[in-house]
Amino acid sequence: MSASAEATVLITHEVGLHARPSVKFTKLAKSFAAEVEVAVAANGPWFDAKSIVKVMAAKAPKGTVLHIRARGDGAEQAVGALVDLVQRDFDEDTDHARSA
Amino acid sequence: MRIEGIPASPGYAEGPLFDLDRPPAAYDVKASAAEEKEALKAATGKAVSRLAAMIETADGDAAGILEFHIAMLEDDALSAPAFAAIGSGEPADAAWRQALDAEIAGYEASDQDYFRARAADLRDIRDQVLRALSENSETAPPPGAIFYGSDIAPTRFLETDWSRGGGIALEAGSTASHVAMLARSRGVPMVVGLGALADRRAGNALLDAEHGGIVFSPSPAELEDFRQSSSSFAARQGQAQTFLTQPAATKAGTFVRVQVNIAYPSDVDGIDIATCDGVGLMRTEFLFGKALPDEQTQYQAYRKVLEWAGEKPVTIRTVDAGGDKPIPGFTVEETNPFLGLRGIRLSLARSDIFRVQIRALLRAAVHGNLKVMFPMIAIAEEYAQAAALFAEEQAALASRGVAHKLPPLGIMVEVPSVAVAPEAFADVAFFSIGSNDLTQYVMAAARDNAAVAHLNSARHPAVLRLIASVAAFGREKGIPVSLCGDAGGDPAAIPALIEAGLRDLSVAPAQLAMAKAAIADVPV
Repeated sequence: MSASAEATVLITHEVGLHARPSVKFTKLAKSFAAEVEVAVAANGPWFDAKSIVKVMAAKAPKGTVLHIRARGDGAEQAVGALVDLVQRDFDEDTDHARSA
Repeated sequence: MRIEGIPASPGYAEGPLFDLDRPPAAYDVKASAAEEKEALKAATGKAVSRLAAMIETADGDAAGILEFHIAMLEDDALSAPAFAAIGSGEPADAAWRQALDAEIAGYEASDQDYFRARAADLRDIRDQVLRALSENSETAPPPGAIFYGSDIAPTRFLETDWSRGGGIALEAGSTASHVAMLARSRGVPMVVGLGALADRRAGNALLDAEHGGIVFSPSPAELEDFRQSSSSFAARQGQAQTFLTQPAATKAGTFVRVQVNIAYPSDVDGIDIATCDGVGLMRTEFLFGKALPDEQTQYQAYRKVLEWAGEKPVTIRTVDAGGDKPIPGFTVEETNPFLGLRGIRLSLARSDIFRVQIRALLRAAVHGNLKVMFPMIAIAEEYAQAAALFAEEQAALASRGVAHKLPPLGIMVEVPSVAVAPEAFADVAFFSIGSNDLTQYVMAAARDNAAVAHLNSARHPAVLRLIASVAAFGREKGIPVSLCGDAGGDPAAIPALIEAGLRDLSVAPAQLAMAKAAIADVPV
């Protein structure tokens, strides 16, 4: 039986899923055995989340609802970790004193 | 045989010549598709290992970009179309170029500025591999080489390891070019304006960048002479070091503030803050490099320098693009760029990009003693408009609850209209005289043109008179006046600048000691 998971997350980072964030994003995706894909719309097209070339090609700016889905070993953990990374603004915004 | 030129960055170098203008090696087409694929793999690997080596010395922002390049190069999805094309008979260089050009076109077609700007990264990635494909090992410059040729690209300067000596000798070039500036700040000897050299040369040469000259195929007598001058220069530099840790003062005991000019946040890593009175000029256009940096990248860069300086002032100049400093996706092509849309003119015309920098500056201001200045101001309205943008962005940050502070806003004095009639600017927080541009505009002599280099002197009475009049106006109105052009670090110009009334100079870090030593010799 193959595990699968899917989630959506809002990109809040200033310029979106851009160069440095996508380096972090694909590195993290590659640390999971599961097949992971991203899309900027629920009906795709879906891009390989482990390929920076494909992730950049998704051209997801700030304000995009990013769809993430995974299939296989650790699918749930992979989706959870990637959602978390996006929510943390890719750990780039450590001292941004922004109040709600 | 000695050929005379113009010193652009003082020092001496002895080493093997490296011809900058040798024709790029053509790509050798291989016998089979399998060999073509091997060649492409090897070239990609070479490009990656070069980038990895560059990361070692890069700071956070630059390292981030390099990591992105590596990640792209290591992604099979990037090279897959190229390998497919090789399979159907293309040579590796053409296959790679076509594959990357297709990818680049995708970025260029984006309606988002940020992704469009990444096309420059893709072009860089493409060219790194093309270079690796067509070069053989003997085209790499030997350690300690003297680079000579018509001109040198800033990237060539930056990728060279200068820790093992070496220097630059240019047929054309200018003492005010960016490479000359970089060479001075890193202490790399450089001579420009040697004139066209009849034939290409090889072997060892002696570069005298104190007086401005190069000796090809030196005789034993020339070699001995050279080594004497070189060690005398080293001794004088050593002596100047004793001034480094002292506050600068003239013979009469007049104190002169000496700050440093920097271009990269990482420049401060090699400077002891105790040896200077702050940063008189932090350039920001290099930060823009090949693409437009986002707010967070800029904020981190500014914050790093502010925290390094502690309580001492850091004067950051808003982006001075245009002129001889084009930025893809930002500057425009013009027939006469030095008189066109550059500096504050460009920033006001592209306020979307300017506002990003303003927000980064406002946010960084809470981390130190920040001052901000605008380049290329010609009329008071430009200052008023720029200041209004600061006020707008400040209000927006305040309403979002983001920590920020409004820094004092000053202007560069480099357009003659300001130097001639400074009274229009009585409400600015400070003046900083940009002597390089002021000189080129007063003398009508482009700073990047060796043919008119003899006219380009900040010590011309017309330039000095303008400097003196701005200094006098500042004293009268209580507006601080400093100077951040190359003249400030030139021991030959320092006496005249102090006599003109300046008491605040900003110099390249490598010139701190010599500048302070020169100040100590001034009688005023």
